[in-house]
Amino acid sequence: MQPIRIIESKTVVLPSSNIDTDQIIPARFLTTTTKEGLGKAAFSDWRYDSAGAPNPDFILNRPEAAGSLILVAGRNFGCGSSREHAPWALVDFGFRAVISTEIADIFRSNSLKNGLLPIVVDEATHAWLLANPGAQVRIDLETNSLTLPNGTTVKFPVESFARYCLLNGTDELGFLQKQENAIAKFEQNRV
Amino acid sequence: MNAKTLFEKVWEQHQVVPETADTPAVLYIDLHLVHEVTSPQAFSLLRSQGLKVRRLDRTLATMDHSTPTDPDEVFGRIPIKVESAARQVQELDKNCRAFGVELLGLDSDQRGIVHVIGPEQGATQPGKTIVCGDSHTATHGAFGALAFGIGTTEVGHVLATQCLLQRRPKTLAIEVKGRLAPGVTAKDLILAIIGKIGVSGGTGHVIEYRGEAIEAMSMDERMTICNMSIEAGARAGMIAPDETTFAYMKGRRLAPQGADWDKAVEQWRQLKTDPGATFDRVVEIDASVLEPMITYGTHPGMVVAISGSVPVRANDPVHEKSLAYMGLTGGEKLVGKPIQVVFVGSCTNARLSDLEQAASILKGRKVAQGVRALIVPGSQQVKREAEARGLDKIFIDAGAEWRESGCSMCLGMNGDLVDKGQYAVSTSNRNFEGRQGIGARTLLASPATAAAAAIAGRITDPREYLTALKA
Repeated sequence: MQPIRIIESKTVVLPSSNIDTDQIIPARFLTTTTKEGLGKAAFSDWRYDSAGAPNPDFILNRPEAAGSLILVAGRNFGCGSSREHAPWALVDFGFRAVISTEIADIFRSNSLKNGLLPIVVDEATHAWLLANPGAQVRIDLETNSLTLPNGTTVKFPVESFARYCLLNGTDELGFLQKQENAIAKFEQNRV
Repeated sequence: MNAKTLFEKVWEQHQVVPETADTPAVLYIDLHLVHEVTSPQAFSLLRSQGLKVRRLDRTLATMDHSTPTDPDEVFGRIPIKVESAARQVQELDKNCRAFGVELLGLDSDQRGIVHVIGPEQGATQPGKTIVCGDSHTATHGAFGALAFGIGTTEVGHVLATQCLLQRRPKTLAIEVKGRLAPGVTAKDLILAIIGKIGVSGGTGHVIEYRGEAIEAMSMDERMTICNMSIEAGARAGMIAPDETTFAYMKGRRLAPQGADWDKAVEQWRQLKTDPGATFDRVVEIDASVLEPMITYGTHPGMVVAISGSVPVRANDPVHEKSLAYMGLTGGEKLVGKPIQVVFVGSCTNARLSDLEQAASILKGRKVAQGVRALIVPGSQQVKREAEARGLDKIFIDAGAEWRESGCSMCLGMNGDLVDKGQYAVSTSNRNFEGRQGIGARTLLASPATAAAAAIAGRITDPREYLTALKA
């Protein structure tokens, strides 16, 4: 995984609350056995009509969304299924951060493992971001801070170990494997 | 001082390394359930790093999401129609053989929905930590296990190390006072709970369901309750084990046997929240006043009593968008609304007692003209038990389709789909847009309510049929 420190981009806004992982990637795309190429399925039922033609009104199909790294979404983003295909699809589509007031637990955990930064902000910041789609925003993971175009900076929480892994481009498996002695001892003591 | 909740006891017994400010806890996993959809990329990770499955004896695989329910496809008389699903099923078969994982595969008579077979096989036990790459893993908490869904990267972690890195969640007690009235089921109770606390009301928490109504429930009912914890945002839901739990488990294939059984039961009796232990939050609900519940929107928190109307929310564009998708208007009565599909199945409501609930209403009656009723048992064992009781005959005589086990129309990965614009009364767990098919309109309800809708061809209060039965 590539280290992440600064994410700077205009935002794309999906204001609906409770956007579930079935919307992020519908179940019919989950029969894949790889992680690659799922960006084309991201928000498929909102992006395309029944004939497969792009819906011109949907924000992700509009020219102003092109190249955005930051998705601002309504409250409780990523609820529902545990499918890691959801962050795989969002990352493959091009996103590197998701901002909301609440982000569902499993989706948040999956995102952190795939270089997609889940950012929870206060209601006022969120309301501003929803009202100003396309705003140029700077995220600094080193300082856990989000800076709005007017220079206002807000802090956001990130679990400390996940943050370490993202900043260093490392993954959790290596750390777990280093616990082998403790794991083996734990198993012996339980028998 | 030392009073602990059920969750705290199970958590503390599984900390290999406690959490610190810098690192999450290393949590030991007793049972890892694996299925075809969320495992291929995890096995690929193991392969690419030259790793093996650390504890084959704690790993059990089955296939359920992508599997066909048409017996001709299941038993190989015709090819599996959805080609990508067929490939995924083959991939799990290949991975399990390569890594030595026990697989209850397509031809196994013990196969079924992963959350149905874990308990059925006796693999699900009180006090265990149980994970699976599936959000409905919360189901197993009905036995007093700490069970939660994980992503595919974490599936890889557990395969390789039998451990996960986890921050300790908060605790939420849901105290259920009183008893459910006749015709009101466990499904109605959990829908009412989600309606009350909201679809993110449990985020960051492990729920413990407590109180008279919960204690009175069978294991099937408790599994229905815990199953939908994730629909309130909680990764896990737990119920303290008791005599009902032990009676269910005794003699099952993977449950402790003989002297080990007695010793295990003695330990399991300790797995309850101590008097004086505190929860981070407590929510109370009165079961005795509940009616059958039904959803009207596009998440499980959009739910009302069946006698109710679609709520009116002025100036709420998300609510309006949801109602537009559902083809409903605020203020409209739900009872009497025509429906086209009924699905009785899923890890929420496809156990024997769920099928009995549906059969008690369908017996001697006919599915309304123009309604497709699909009844999909939760496992091959449930299917055999249902057939031994003649339930299959009741369903088929009524005009319903009786299938092989699997997740089926809950999410339609195997091609069992609801058509665009159709209303489906479903006993499953999610009414998200497109969940049961592109443009499908899902109304979540109990097996009794689903069966009543099948006969009437409309949303119907199932208690009308209970009265008729008693009269």
